[in-house]
Amino acid sequence: MTLDERYINGLVLIGLLALPLWALATDEPFTITLVTRAVILALAAVGLNLILGIGGMVSFGHAVFFGIGGYAMGILAYHAQTYTALDLGFFETDGTNSMPVIWLVAMIMSAIVAFFIGLLSLRTSGVYFIMITLAFGQMFFYFAISWAQYGGEDGLSIYVRNGFPGLNTLVPIQFFGICFALLCIVLFLFSRLQSSPFGLALNAARQTNARVETVGLNPMHLKLLAFVISGAITGLAGALFADLNRFVSPTMFSWQLSGELIVLIIIGGVGRLMGPVIGACVFVALEHFLGELTEFWHVYLGIILLCIVLFGRGGLIGLLTGKEGAHV
Amino acid sequence: MSSILIIEQILNGLQFGVMLFLMAAGLTLIFGVMGLINLAHGSLYMVGAFAAAAVAGVTGSFFLGLIAALAAAALAGAIIEMVVIRRLYDAAHLDQVLATFALILIFSEGTRWIFGSFPLFLNIPEALSGPVSLPGGIEYPLYRLTLILIGMAVAGGLWLLIERTRIGIQIRAGENDREMIAALGVDISKLYTLVFALGAALAGLAGALVGAIQSVQVGMGEPVLILAFVVIVIGGIGSIRGAFIGALLVGLTDTLGGVFLPELFKLFMDTGAAQKSGSAIASMGIYILMGLVLIWRPTGLFGARA
Amino acid sequence: MKKLLLAAAASALCATGALAEVKVGMITTLSGGGAGLGIDVRDGFMLAIAQSGRDDIEVVIEDDQRKPDIAVQLSDKMIQSERVDVMTGIIWSNLAMAVVPAAVNQNVFYLSPNAGPSPLAGKGCHQNYFNVAWQNDNLHEAAGAYANEAGYEKTFIMAPNYPAGTDALTGYKRYFKGDLAGEVYTKLGQTDYAAEIAQIRASDADSVFFFLPGGMGISFLKQYADSGIDLPVVGPAFSFDQGILQAVGDAALGVVNTSQWNKDIDNPTNEAFVESFQAEYGRLPSLYASQGFDTANLLLSALEKADPSDADAFREALRAADFDSTRGDFAFGPNHHPVQTIYAREVIKEGDVFTNKIIGAALEGHSDAYAADCKM
Repeated sequence: MTLDERYINGLVLIGLLALPLWALATDEPFTITLVTRAVILALAAVGLNLILGIGGMVSFGHAVFFGIGGYAMGILAYHAQTYTALDLGFFETDGTNSMPVIWLVAMIMSAIVAFFIGLLSLRTSGVYFIMITLAFGQMFFYFAISWAQYGGEDGLSIYVRNGFPGLNTLVPIQFFGICFALLCIVLFLFSRLQSSPFGLALNAARQTNARVETVGLNPMHLKLLAFVISGAITGLAGALFADLNRFVSPTMFSWQLSGELIVLIIIGGVGRLMGPVIGACVFVALEHFLGELTEFWHVYLGIILLCIVLFGRGGLIGLLTGKEGAHV
Repeated sequence: MSSILIIEQILNGLQFGVMLFLMAAGLTLIFGVMGLINLAHGSLYMVGAFAAAAVAGVTGSFFLGLIAALAAAALAGAIIEMVVIRRLYDAAHLDQVLATFALILIFSEGTRWIFGSFPLFLNIPEALSGPVSLPGGIEYPLYRLTLILIGMAVAGGLWLLIERTRIGIQIRAGENDREMIAALGVDISKLYTLVFALGAALAGLAGALVGAIQSVQVGMGEPVLILAFVVIVIGGIGSIRGAFIGALLVGLTDTLGGVFLPELFKLFMDTGAAQKSGSAIASMGIYILMGLVLIWRPTGLFGARA
Repeated sequence: MKKLLLAAAASALCATGALAEVKVGMITTLSGGGAGLGIDVRDGFMLAIAQSGRDDIEVVIEDDQRKPDIAVQLSDKMIQSERVDVMTGIIWSNLAMAVVPAAVNQNVFYLSPNAGPSPLAGKGCHQNYFNVAWQNDNLHEAAGAYANEAGYEKTFIMAPNYPAGTDALTGYKRYFKGDLAGEVYTKLGQTDYAAEIAQIRASDADSVFFFLPGGMGISFLKQYADSGIDLPVVGPAFSFDQGILQAVGDAALGVVNTSQWNKDIDNPTNEAFVESFQAEYGRLPSLYASQGFDTANLLLSALEKADPSDADAFREALRAADFDSTRGDFAFGPNHHPVQTIYAREVIKEGDVFTNKIIGAALEGHSDAYAADCKM
């Protein structure tokens, strides 16, 4: 049996909204937290999917932007919490615990860093691109570990979740609502982008640079722009993730996290709108339920992932729709 | 800082480098010949170390342990090639990454299942323990000196194998044109299994040799795997010569950076701060090196021009 | 992983009927590289619960995989879904810093069986947070005190470049009266110490102090023993713990390390603990197992006096620390961290097994440097 991808997409979003509401009704707040986690990871992976799925750039260092988003939240909230000034060298400012401001800072910082990483990394391609992005990830990771001012390896704890005007973010369902709304906005933008001239050109650049050049576009500029947007989205997710945990640490920069983001996309389906969302839900669910079954649950997780690769080319969406490629 | 210390640190860097080469050689061969990104290469390193520790523990012989390491890693390599990897040669790099990532999970927790959660004991053989005096009054551990020699010998042997033997010709041909050598009647799937097992055996050998002076524990393979990837990317993927040069560069950068950067920083900082920031930069050193190399030559030092 | 030690006999409960059920949440590391420590804490803790014979205590155990974000998630689960009264189990300082402040602010009691980061002992202390192990600096301070006693005058000191590493060197320097022959921060997770060993050889040190927990310590000790340098080594117990000593082997023999516990501390509780732990699990208990065991006994002693629902009374009962510790005398300081004796031990070989023997007290009735900053 195969299904139309649009139905699947709709069903996933409805399910994602219904589960926390059901949890709210049955008073299971932890389920809401779990779904929120999946939503945030999905958001980060949607960012990566933009360059990986459409642009064909396998970044093994997207944790950099996740981490920058996290630290943007951590540092701003830390200064707000301790009533100390944030010294930027040329001027001083106060911290903040307003979510929209933190999101903005997280996205701008991620975009700036993505610009420079992209500028250097996009000179390479294929496996070299994978590895140079990994190298940048490792640089940030080791930097964060020895950044004593902001906790080093211990990271930073924020005691109260940052605020959003008109909402009480400490209530799990309200914080979930914020994350879910942001995911929907980004998914909408992603789908528009996919079918825009920019998205089509990016898709063409994935296949061959020459095709783009003949119509007078510079493939480097296209890819760099996509990389920057992608970094900003993942940075936003990082800020939300830090707020979910009320905590940020160098593990947000780790190569394992970069790898997990890639895994999420592959599980769901590369280049598909909802691929990262399905991937994130499945991954969080597996992590949670397998972990309850056995101490050695990683073995089973490994076997399941292996089966997805070997028998489910095109990810879960590929399996359900019966179409292997996203670009048909 | 005395010249003796500098020479000793260079030896340390060399020793680290040649051990990285053992890991990187297999990785780069597998990539060059089969176009496969094998994240599970670090698991084979771990398999080697655990096999050596288990056999040396029972028999009391380090040498038997080494043989066991080679055999176990080669066998594990051959099995995963035949069961999993073989299905991935035509798949996208992404699928290979996910599948071999899954293999890491299975190997790591599987090993913990079998051997428990505590590190195992593996020591260097009596005959190779303790320091020796080198010309110039340098005291250097004999075992580390042996590691340098073994690494050099393996590098030489690998060069001979690839440049001077029939299998080597097939391997080189496989790197250039897969269909052609299949058409010439070479059993390509047997060749692939062989190359994979060879790469695995080298990783297992490295695991056992290094395990004797480090901690034999679950997860020991991943940090080395990342370093080995850095090595082959610096050297140019698929190039054994590149892997060798890259390994030495990484080994020397990591070792010398950790020692000399803090010293350098002491010139304009107080001791404590210099130590901290010097070692912070040193820990990023090899990644900075790799970034610079790739910006300068986007396909590594000896990689095929894109 | 999740295990429930449920009230065994519901009927027995109905018969006595007096006791409400107490729920304990344990978040600890049970998979991956550092699993050995978490398993020991869990086993020590559950042994004490089993020995108490109480069937009204439910312990929910979860694996944090040594990842801070997973630990936070589990802590949310413990508090939101399981509604536990008491939490415990975390091994690593960075995970404790992620979990503890938020948990205690939600009126849960937290009993630390291992980590004791300095912020939680000083400015960030909290009335619901109790540390049953040590403040992070303690064992390093004791190592400094021991070095004075042993007559060392010039030490080469070394730790990984992360907060616990900085704390370790600070702790050592706080008590050590001699000079430093060198101070080196290594990379976290480093496995090759050839470069540092060469620096030690080139220095004019008369002793070496190092803090390298887990696999890092195993690697260093093996390589140090092989280098032919014969300067005496001092370190905290973490690299000489029962779980990893066998992997270090002869290289550790004779090394002096500092610990608040050892299996030969002479008191009936400890004797019974070592014996019953070995009988139950078939291995010698480690430092971590003893800490888990003590944590559970502290909890049991407080439960005898008060119910966690009466927070003030329960807190008083915990503060009294009215239990028989495996370490002998045990009391809480004003910041709810232990005041205890820290011993110097030496690594010996008993038959085929490497273990430790106490050679003397390094610091007696020792508290910590942060207590004065704690305003509760």
